[in-house]
Amino acid sequence: MTIEIGGLAVRFRTADPEFCSLLAGRYSSFLRPDSAPEMEFEMVSAAPGRTAAEQDLEVSCEEGRWLLGRGDFQAAFDLRSRRGRLTCVPNPYSVDALLRIVHSLLLAPAGGMLLHASGGVRGGRGFLFSGVSGAGKTTMARLAPGDVQLLTDEISYLRRADDGFRVFGTPFAGELGTPGENVCAPLAAIYLIEHGSANRLTPVRETEAVRRLMRNTLFFASEPRLVADVFATVCELVRRVPVFRLEFLPDARVWEMIQ
Amino acid sequence: MSATYIARSTAVAARRLGEEMVVMSALDSTLFSLSEVAAVLWEAADGRTPLDRIVRERVCTEFAVDEATALRDAEEFAAALAAHGVLLVSAQPIEPPAAQAAAASGDPR
Repeated sequence: MTIEIGGLAVRFRTADPEFCSLLAGRYSSFLRPDSAPEMEFEMVSAAPGRTAAEQDLEVSCEEGRWLLGRGDFQAAFDLRSRRGRLTCVPNPYSVDALLRIVHSLLLAPAGGMLLHASGGVRGGRGFLFSGVSGAGKTTMARLAPGDVQLLTDEISYLRRADDGFRVFGTPFAGELGTPGENVCAPLAAIYLIEHGSANRLTPVRETEAVRRLMRNTLFFASEPRLVADVFATVCELVRRVPVFRLEFLPDARVWEMIQ
Repeated sequence: MSATYIARSTAVAARRLGEEMVVMSALDSTLFSLSEVAAVLWEAADGRTPLDRIVRERVCTEFAVDEATALRDAEEFAAALAAHGVLLVSAQPIEPPAAQAAAASGDPR
């Protein structure tokens, strides 16, 4: 089965009907059987009982071979051969975690990134609402009016384009529990959200925007070259896309400011 | 008084954003926003030009500051960034990045 997010396809090979059912259900609108995969994984069933998803994720890289481990899954892959192996119990969290890591590594040198942000497309333009846990990402998604196509309420997907940046829908869901729509749009603005006593929009200086966005970027590797790639992408992002601080009250009027 | 030389570490990324220079340690992702004077020092940190000459020829000509004060500030700046590993400080000229990397990896080339 091939799952394509942000134009990058990852293929999972498995004969296990439980895995197939899981992938088909969770990633239904992101399945692209005909896409050429950037990465290919063999899926292997883990011994029962390995379900401790709360355990910290461990990521390491040795001579181009990436090793990932958490209580509920183990994975190994090589970005040069574009092949790997995922050993897990059939649950969506393991596949989600692997996809996030693989995409973040593939995107870094290509000028893209994953950001802790909810997002939507309105009038053909993309808007992101970035913040730490509890800042209101899911709230902004819940309050979105009917003319907004939701991209995600948790993890946003950005890629550099000739005319700026584009945002893509992802299957990575937060508290909302539903995947985003598989659509994309040019990114019009980023809002650094926080709960406030009124709806208020304030432009953010570029250096402060870089600082805040770096904090909200999903990145799992510590290789200096890849970290520098992400930094370069964030700097380019704040040059090309306006960043605002958005204090908001949790009611639908906040979306009157998102145009 | 012995000369001091400063050079940018190879494990950093730096970008100018508007009027400000932002430097990030690629080792721990710490971000530094440099003042205008600090940005001049950063850009002049080639490992070959003594710090007192950078201060005299670059800082004192661009900013209204006396040389003794500027040098003291520059030394503090260099020590602070060196503590975070983003700037190298030495009493000898510092080799260019390729040679630094080779020396660090034990490659004798």
